[in-house]
Amino acid sequence: MIVQGIDVISVESLVKRFGDFEAVKGIDFSVTRGECFGLLGPNGAGKTSIVKMIYGFSPITSGKLEVFGEDIMLRARSIKSRIGVVPQEDNLDPELSVLDNLLVYAGYFRIEKHTARQRAMEIMDFMDLSEKSAQVVGDLSGGMKRRLTMGRALINRPELLILDEPTTGLDPYARHMVWQRLRRLKEAGTTMLLTTHYLEEASQLCDRLIIIHRGEIMEQGTPVGLIDRHVGKEALILGGDHLLRESLSAGLTELIKASHILGDDLVLFTDHGRVLAERVGERARELGITLDYHRLRPTNLEDVFLKLTGETLDNIQKGF
Amino acid sequence: MAKRSNLLKGMDTFPDLSWPLVLSVFYRNLKVFGKTWKASIMFNFVEPMLYLWAMGFGLGVYVTRINGLSYIEFLAPALIASSAMFSTTYEMTYGSYTRMGFQKTFHGMVATPVSMDDVVMGEILYGTFKGVLYGMVFFLVVALFGLVKSPWALLIPVPLALMVMIFAILSLIWTSIAPNYDSFGYFFTLFVSPMFLFAGVFFPVENLPPGIRFLPWLTPLYHAVEAIRPMVLGRVTWSILADLTWLTAFAALTMRIPLAMVKNRLIQ
Repeated sequence: MIVQGIDVISVESLVKRFGDFEAVKGIDFSVTRGECFGLLGPNGAGKTSIVKMIYGFSPITSGKLEVFGEDIMLRARSIKSRIGVVPQEDNLDPELSVLDNLLVYAGYFRIEKHTARQRAMEIMDFMDLSEKSAQVVGDLSGGMKRRLTMGRALINRPELLILDEPTTGLDPYARHMVWQRLRRLKEAGTTMLLTTHYLEEASQLCDRLIIIHRGEIMEQGTPVGLIDRHVGKEALILGGDHLLRESLSAGLTELIKASHILGDDLVLFTDHGRVLAERVGERARELGITLDYHRLRPTNLEDVFLKLTGETLDNIQKGF
Repeated sequence: MAKRSNLLKGMDTFPDLSWPLVLSVFYRNLKVFGKTWKASIMFNFVEPMLYLWAMGFGLGVYVTRINGLSYIEFLAPALIASSAMFSTTYEMTYGSYTRMGFQKTFHGMVATPVSMDDVVMGEILYGTFKGVLYGMVFFLVVALFGLVKSPWALLIPVPLALMVMIFAILSLIWTSIAPNYDSFGYFFTLFVSPMFLFAGVFFPVENLPPGIRFLPWLTPLYHAVEAIRPMVLGRVTWSILADLTWLTAFAALTMRIPLAMVKNRLIQ
């Protein structure tokens, strides 16, 4: 921790209920200054509900939620003046130019005109939008709109940047552009809270993360720590007949950390990928089994996630 | 989504208003208006012009004098009010609904120090501004036709502002419960158009059947017309004060409602 004492975000027994539906079921976590903290989970896990409470949009049902050591329900205006929010969907002013979008937004923070203009120039430069300064936002590409939405959230030099699925719907190039900018902001000391269902995004950016499922925290830690704890270094993917595959892995349990059936594939998680692959190959020859294919690859957060939630990718990506 | 009992939640509390931020919301809408007014002027300006020609110069020829006035003298001042009414109601229904829903403009604003009450108050101010602007543009047309008879007419912005503020409030209340764009058709058909037709714009309300003659008195358009017509024609009497009082009281008493209702719609 860089600054002793106060966490930027401190959440205790936080509950959010919509009528009879409990979207957030009593969660605890805290975010310290300068770190990038991830909320990871499938759609409908409760990520956006949590984020909306943190930036004061949605009232909390019960529990404690402090931002910069102050109660969000009591001090929303002063807290909101110190944070930047990048929402899931762009809500720019489509009729206005890129520059005007930034200037109008600066007005909501009561930033003085001259300062606002200067800040807008810096942001357009940082987000690589300077050439588009006079262009009407409605005509921009999706990636540019996203960068502007993100730039707009920086207009007040926020101490905390909240990003709700910042790259959903972007092409890979645009996504990498966004990640680059976020890394630079992090290096400059901005605390970030990021929700995502892209596990690669979380691995790339987050120092720590929590995995949320149906309104509860399933697991927490660093991306590397989680991978290590749950799935080891590598995943061996086996295609072919179910029952035969079972017999292949029998007797190799000391090498296998966990296993998971994903569609037609059997995924074996291990710290000793090469050895396991050889042994499986040997056994297949001994038993006269033909494997359709087997493939060894490094593990990632996605494996952790799949193993923990038992959800398939289809379920995770449903909804956009 | 919101249950009926929750629609008015928070009505009994003071609104959370910061006037500089209310103005920043107003300024945002003004800035967008600066880009789009050319497209919207058709609706709000040309249409009353058509009424003026069709009714005033066309139909009016066949109409006997009303209270000593030619038909166009009777009609033109009232069209100032109805033109303002339409421009505000369109803006605070279709326009506000787009900002609230499709564009998520309100969401973007309340992620800053701006509160939801600031947003809705900024909308009311903008709706009021737009109505007064379009009303006064139409007033210039009426003046060009030589139908303005008195310097009292310079006070028209007062009743106009009060009336369109009420229409901004009523429209936003409807907007806050509107499930989709189509539902605004009901608002105009059931509420705005009958007012336009029966609240003293086209004929004196004394011509209504006795049993329903009180109905126009309940509408903001009637009171605005009753104030604006004598101002334009130079027939000002003390009764105007009663109309202005009615408008002021109505605006003051209803102002809190859309603030609570829009907030309850968006924030759950």
